[in-house]
Amino acid sequence: MLISTLQFDTSFFWHELFGPSNAFLGGLWRTVYISVIAQVLAVVIGLVVALARRSTLRIIRGVAGAYVWVLRGTPLLVQLVIVYDGLAATDIYRFQDVTVLGVTILASVQAAILTLALNESAYMSEIIRAGLAAVDVGQNEAALSVGMTPTQAMRYVVVPQAMRFVIPPLGNDFNAMMKSTSVLSVIGVPELFLITQEISSSTFHTFEIFMDAALYYLALTTIWAFIQTWLEARVDRSWGIERAQRSWWASIRERFQDPKTLGIGRRA
Amino acid sequence: MVSSSSFEASSTGGDTGLIVHAHDIHKSFGSLEVLKGVSLDVVRGEVVVLIGPSGSGKTTFLRCINHFEKPDSGAVHVNGHLIGSKLDRTGQRTEASARDVATQRAEIGFVFQHFNLFPNRTALENVMLGPIKVQKLSKEQARTLAMEQLEKVGLGNKADRYPAQLSGGQKQRVAIARSLAMNPALMLFDEPTSALDPEVIGEVLMVIRDLANEGMTMVIVSHEIGFAREVADRVAMFDDGQIVEIGTPQQLFDTPSQARTKSFLSKVL
Ligand SMILES: Nc1ncnc2c1ncn2[C@@H]1O[C@H](COP(=O)(O)OP(=O)(O)OP(=O)(O)O)[C@@H](O)[C@H]1O
Ligand SMILES: [Mg+2]
Repeated sequence: MLISTLQFDTSFFWHELFGPSNAFLGGLWRTVYISVIAQVLAVVIGLVVALARRSTLRIIRGVAGAYVWVLRGTPLLVQLVIVYDGLAATDIYRFQDVTVLGVTILASVQAAILTLALNESAYMSEIIRAGLAAVDVGQNEAALSVGMTPTQAMRYVVVPQAMRFVIPPLGNDFNAMMKSTSVLSVIGVPELFLITQEISSSTFHTFEIFMDAALYYLALTTIWAFIQTWLEARVDRSWGIERAQRSWWASIRERFQDPKTLGIGRRA
Repeated sequence: MVSSSSFEASSTGGDTGLIVHAHDIHKSFGSLEVLKGVSLDVVRGEVVVLIGPSGSGKTTFLRCINHFEKPDSGAVHVNGHLIGSKLDRTGQRTEASARDVATQRAEIGFVFQHFNLFPNRTALENVMLGPIKVQKLSKEQARTLAMEQLEKVGLGNKADRYPAQLSGGQKQRVAIARSLAMNPALMLFDEPTSALDPEVIGEVLMVIRDLANEGMTMVIVSHEIGFAREVADRVAMFDDGQIVEIGTPQQLFDTPSQARTKSFLSKVL
């Protein structure tokens, strides 16, 4: 076979693909939950920052603006090393493994979630800010006209409507987030990339095992594309908007190929 | 201000019948003076229609009444309350907090030219939201109240439709129902039919006419002269930031005394 002349160990490739080792699965699982938790935190922090940037107080606007400027203007890799190694080296804060309800969360995983969440929150705040701005001012006035306070109008009328504009770019960011978890290996988070590297160096099956890893990353982003498509359709339905029926396949293909919706090049 | 505080005192003692008491309102946007001293009193149950050329300040005046715009000077009382102001514990006038302004606005309905329905909520939910969040009614109470209001504007059978599934005329009727659900003392309308197709204007005017017959106090910006003649107790002619003429529809439309009114009417009639 051609493939064997390339010294591609087919059986190793298939074996790790369909019957991955526990170490490999553990890495995959960490990649997933770190991404999900960091993204959820990023949305919450991002909303606060986005609202702060609309504050009537200049000082609050300034602080929020500086936050976004710094986090978007520096590499995630550098932020990770500062949070995990830098803080510890200067004795400011040293992450420790903690055990909650019998589950141990590694120090490096805590630092990873925190840093990813902060980094992503800067991007989310811009996305949410654009989403809030996309809601017609008449919506806010309509809410005020029935006697809502500005806070109530924001909470019950403007923010829910902004979500419709936020979900598509949020989805693209989450796609990017899942892939960028691979940089967490520099602080020793045993996620998919680091585990793959370890298997590679102990078996010398570099090509096979990284092809397996690539397929798992692809599976994750593809599953997410399905979830995102479903979510967007659901939000549209809750506005009484029926989308033209498009096949799932068409909408997924579009998601990976339409330059507007590609999340590439954003996070280095 | 002496005149406004005496008004406040008398209105808390008894019913003066004045729902709107706007006195000498001035408002500028930057260097553009949009309102140049507008005064208007509206008694309970009265319908006042505002007409006038584009840019004359009709919308801005309406928005000053419910504090969407803060007048630079002058005072607006609605139902005895000095809008945007409150008495603190020592009896001193201070600027009202956002919450106080919200409470004042709850008794002033506002109907927008472009409806501004909440697109992510059904007709029923649009009407229910104010009663739930502002009046703190239970969902069940709010639902009953909202259904009553929708039936009143003839849309009981469209309660579960989303705004995107309604015609312009239906949207505007839902918007009116949404205001009415707050049981307002005053309804303000800013060109409620000017964004509508001609064939659905009638159904919205019909709803407003019914409100007038029920004794609702209303200030309506409208270019529907025939409608104004029919429902208005008084018509006010705006020009260049001032009310240049005010009177019954017959006086204003048939025997206008001001040249500016005559020339405006010759264009719209
Ligand atoms: N928020 C604002 N900022 C700056 N200028 C404004 C603002 N609102 C209104 N204006 C200006 O004030 C003037 C009066 O506007 P207003 O909307 O009150 O007029 P109007 O009588 O309602 O006119 P129309 O019949 O066109 O609705 C216009 O020149 C308008 O451009
Ligand atoms: Mg106007």
